[in-house]
Amino acid sequence: MSEERPSPSLEELDAKLKAARGQRDANGSKSGGSKAEAGSGLGMALKVGVEFVSAVGVGVAIGLLLDYWLETKPWLMIVFFLLGSAAGFLNIFRAMSGYGYAAGYSAKGGEKKPEGKGSE
Amino acid sequence: MAADGGQSPLEQFVIKPIIPVEIGGVDVSFTNSALFMTIAVVLATVFLVLGMRRSDIVPGRWQVAVELSYEFIAGLLRDTVGAEGRKYFPIIFTLFMFVLLGNLLGMVPYSFTFTSHIAVTFAMAIMIFIGVTILGFVRHGMHFFSFFAPPGTPVVMLPLLVPIEIISYLSRPISLSVRLFANMLAGHTLIKVIAGFIALLGVAGVLPFALVVALTGLEILIAFLQAYVFAILTCLYINDAIHLH
Repeated sequence: MSEERPSPSLEELDAKLKAARGQRDANGSKSGGSKAEAGSGLGMALKVGVEFVSAVGVGVAIGLLLDYWLETKPWLMIVFFLLGSAAGFLNIFRAMSGYGYAAGYSAKGGEKKPEGKGSE
Repeated sequence: MAADGGQSPLEQFVIKPIIPVEIGGVDVSFTNSALFMTIAVVLATVFLVLGMRRSDIVPGRWQVAVELSYEFIAGLLRDTVGAEGRKYFPIIFTLFMFVLLGNLLGMVPYSFTFTSHIAVTFAMAIMIFIGVTILGFVRHGMHFFSFFAPPGTPVVMLPLLVPIEIISYLSRPISLSVRLFANMLAGHTLIKVIAGFIALLGVAGVLPFALVVALTGLEILIAFLQAYVFAILTCLYINDAIHLH
């Protein structure tokens, strides 16, 4: 008797806990999502800016280094500035479109969880 | 923290040596930055070890806080990386706690915010970047380079797309570190600049004072948010390295 009593109650408790957690998660994801969207306008703007500028910066840095090495003064810098800008737009597209920050288009990752990634 | 008396709002970011040490001509002094990093590590350790000291089935308040932080990061890893991500829990949790405590310690008056220095955040970001790249090579070998060629790309476009992908990949540590550092630097500077107006405006100083109170709340929110963003981005990078397309 004394051995049998606690185990069903613990199981019941576990089931109840799981049900409550599921409910809370369902509620939380709904209200949390809208709240995060409303509150993170500034954060989103800053994120997009950083994404773009960092790619352009890396592009220009690579161009300048290659120019310095190959002595082709402005040309490679200009080429890599354009490539860096393209990479910056790619970064922004990935950050905003829910593909997360994955390099490449990673179709399976995008299909599986398009909403969770890239928030914030 | 004080910005009155003609002090610069940027003075809070000055690194001062506390115990000057020099080894082989290299300045390795114990600075206020290092001091606050040490405090952050000690606080995190105390928080976790003492919180779990009794580890009851029905936890107390402190234990609940510890378990919440654990489950938060565990859930983050499960959602972004999946079951395979479990073994990367220690690094993500350590990073999260370190950045979070760095940000929060910076909110204590007269303290120093070490996450507001690009040297600190970039060091962390470049370690993550190098680690994730090594992880990708270890798990996929030379196949890792397919990372830079999106599937289904026409061969004609590859010479254009591969450099773009590589630049995009190389920009990760920069955007990761600049985001954290810029948020902390801008927020703290803004608070001090506005706090400087309180004394100047006299009675009307109530207005900037109210603004400073609101901004302090916002900064605490940003402290959490940026630590979270830092952790989730690291998770996403690990996910990319594990699950190549």
